[in-house]
Amino acid sequence: MKKNMLRTENLVFEYIRRDEEGNVESINKALDDVSLEVSRGEFVAILGHNGSGKSTAAKHMNALLSPTEGNVFVNEMNTKDEALLWEIRKSAGMVFQNPDNQIIASVVEEDVAFGPENIGIPTKDIWKRVEDSLEAVGMTAYRTHSPNRLSGGQKQRVAIAGIMAMRPDCIVLDEPTAMLDPAGRKEVLRTLHELNKNEGVTILLITHYMDEVIDADRVIVMDSGKAVMQGTPREVFSQVKRLKEYRLEVPQVTELAYELKQAGVPLPDGILTVDEFTQAYLQAKNKCYYDV
Amino acid sequence: MDAQRRNLKECMVLDHVNYVYGAGTAYEKHALQDINLVLGKNEFIGLIGHTGSGKSTLIQHLNGLLQPTSGHIYYKGNDIGAKEFNKKELRSHVGLVFQYPEHQLFETTVVKDVAFGPKNMGLPQLEVDMRVFAALKEVGISEELYDASPFELSGGQKRRVAIAGVLAMRPEFLILDEPTAGLDPRGRDEILDRIAEIHAEGNRTVILVSHSMEDVAKYATRLIVMNKGNVFADGSPREVFELYRELEEIGLAAPQVTYLSERLREAGVALAQNATTLAEARELLLADWKGGSR
Amino acid sequence: MIRDITIGQYYPVDSPIHRLDPRVKLSATMLYLVSLFVFSGYLGYVLAIAFVAVCVKLSRVPFRYIVRGLKPVLMLLIITLLFNIFLTKQGTELASFWIFHIYDEGLITAALMGLRLVLLVIGSSLMTFTTTPNQLTDGLEKGLRGLKVIHVPVHEIAMMMSIALRFIPILVEETDKIMKAQQARGADFESGKLLQRVKALIPLLVPLIVSAFRRASDLAMAMEARCYHGGEGRTKMKPLHYKKLDYVGYLVLAGYLGLVIGSSFVPFLK
Repeated sequence: MKKNMLRTENLVFEYIRRDEEGNVESINKALDDVSLEVSRGEFVAILGHNGSGKSTAAKHMNALLSPTEGNVFVNEMNTKDEALLWEIRKSAGMVFQNPDNQIIASVVEEDVAFGPENIGIPTKDIWKRVEDSLEAVGMTAYRTHSPNRLSGGQKQRVAIAGIMAMRPDCIVLDEPTAMLDPAGRKEVLRTLHELNKNEGVTILLITHYMDEVIDADRVIVMDSGKAVMQGTPREVFSQVKRLKEYRLEVPQVTELAYELKQAGVPLPDGILTVDEFTQAYLQAKNKCYYDV
Repeated sequence: MDAQRRNLKECMVLDHVNYVYGAGTAYEKHALQDINLVLGKNEFIGLIGHTGSGKSTLIQHLNGLLQPTSGHIYYKGNDIGAKEFNKKELRSHVGLVFQYPEHQLFETTVVKDVAFGPKNMGLPQLEVDMRVFAALKEVGISEELYDASPFELSGGQKRRVAIAGVLAMRPEFLILDEPTAGLDPRGRDEILDRIAEIHAEGNRTVILVSHSMEDVAKYATRLIVMNKGNVFADGSPREVFELYRELEEIGLAAPQVTYLSERLREAGVALAQNATTLAEARELLLADWKGGSR
Repeated sequence: MIRDITIGQYYPVDSPIHRLDPRVKLSATMLYLVSLFVFSGYLGYVLAIAFVAVCVKLSRVPFRYIVRGLKPVLMLLIITLLFNIFLTKQGTELASFWIFHIYDEGLITAALMGLRLVLLVIGSSLMTFTTTPNQLTDGLEKGLRGLKVIHVPVHEIAMMMSIALRFIPILVEETDKIMKAQQARGADFESGKLLQRVKALIPLLVPLIVSAFRRASDLAMAMEARCYHGGEGRTKMKPLHYKKLDYVGYLVLAGYLGLVIGSSFVPFLK
């Protein structure tokens, strides 16, 4: 049996707003009874529009937020247990949206070393970890550069290397590509898939770009604080109408196939790529030709 | 092209514009190289190019924030580089919405913030108010938010308020630098639909800078592709996307449906042409389907 | 424009000066700056110029880059020169017009004062050119370790400094962007009376401060996520250990000091 890397149990989180006297002004349920599991080695994507609760969920995986109700387990460690805080943060690293606001040092390699330094790794091992991590994200050539002169995609890769240097079992990424251009987005996605494949790191990717989740093992859709859909990308993208209700979109070919099907062309559900569409369309045409 | 040439007095004309920054330093860069363009009245132009292609530099020239190193830019026939040309007035005619415009909000209420532009133009208070309300309406901000602090709004609302801040100056050229960056699909569609409506009202040229081929294909009638400080392609979406192989070489791509039509035609499906938008692809394929299964 | 400021920007090459322990460089800079104000006599100038020239040569930082670093202090330099030229009323008068009189002593003092200022800037910027902000703060942290005993939060101060250095270029760029964005809305930062100009800064300052706070809160969260919990139990990627080169550095420094002090006793060329 595969061991769970991340697990939430009926997770509820409330943002409580108070006025100046400290009286409760409003309670906003950002997460509402969320139960999820992510297995070791999986590449899971959480899809949802802004305000769906997906970022709040992500911050629970690193014990940056603590559940109002329910539990979150990282590597079977309960995030409520303060004694385990640093162990939890070591095993579930976190990458954020704005690349500029998470790089601490003014030289790439020194930034990558920041995490290992914090957890008291001996100097010699830090160097090894820094080298390995920069290699893993393909940024070795930039090790002595200033982060300010890097592109957005490169900065995000440095941030990922900084997490990798802590040798985590799992990386949680909170919209890491939202501020990047298409080239940068591709670069970051490629890096994540490589880490997942080559280093066996579990990836939990939070995003609202549907094209980034097509290659994931599993997709979780969140809406108004709830996990509303789960499944393989194909299963999830088969339900075009539901996704649209959740303010999400699907790849152009998926939508086209869906619309044609509505108009009477017998195409299967859940077409994800141009190749799949072409094949399905030709098949449908052939079939129709023989039937008539 | 003829339609554009009909009256240069209504257009923005770029004549051999070059821009070099950091001249003489290690970071010297020829950001714009001999740009010649006519941006016509009422056009909806999509400006594409990856980071560093010169598109941001280009749009900052259009309202005089940057001055060309050589060459001239004419707004309605007047050289905006000329000494006697009023740059401040130009900025009210050529509205520029920067990337992440919500980062410029600074006033205590939404209305006051939107009023900043028109006030700077020296308009009377009544006119300022009218423009502010009209602009907020155009971007779809409801009245109960007028007196709210702009910092309390949601991300998408902030962005729309910031756009209203430029709209309230009633520019004849509205330039938006990636107005949808960081928004989710719904937020993106809301903004783009508003922009399309604003353009449809007429008398306004819209220039939309974007990374998304799908978006520009859907809204723009003309695409300008920048690469390494040059105009790489300039034409209708269909003309430009026919160059999808060349676009890929410079790190860009055509919309997915263009690839799909290309692939289907290779496989022997007789489509009349390549699609650039979803709606178009749907029409083309339905036509083929009905024709083929007869 | 704002990007041209090279003062304090690390210049990444490998050189003996780059490799020196930051503590050596810190002490050297301090002592050098002090020496600039205590020595007297032309020999002192010769020594100070020679010392900095050797350091610049060894550092492999291009001379042009260093000269550009002087640009921001040019105004200060000119004012100092003018004051010295016109306000010194000693020696023989060389020229005069209206209320201005120029004396030879004034010219000499001005030249020497200017020279001191230039040396001062070069001396201190050489340190930041050859030391990464992180090394610099490490040096400070370790060098001032003793102050922890009297509850000075040395580690925290050092961390704040290095973060500030990292974010200065980002905030400079951001200022430029916000300024342009407000100009696009008709803001005018260049004309008007003083009060108007101060008021005109509000549309610039408010967004800048809001953004700085947002960045600070993001950064704090990112640091926490990377297990940052103060200086306790922290190790270093680049710990400071004195090496042979550093002892040589201290020796050279001592030699320089000895010469400077010695030079004040040399009556000749005084």
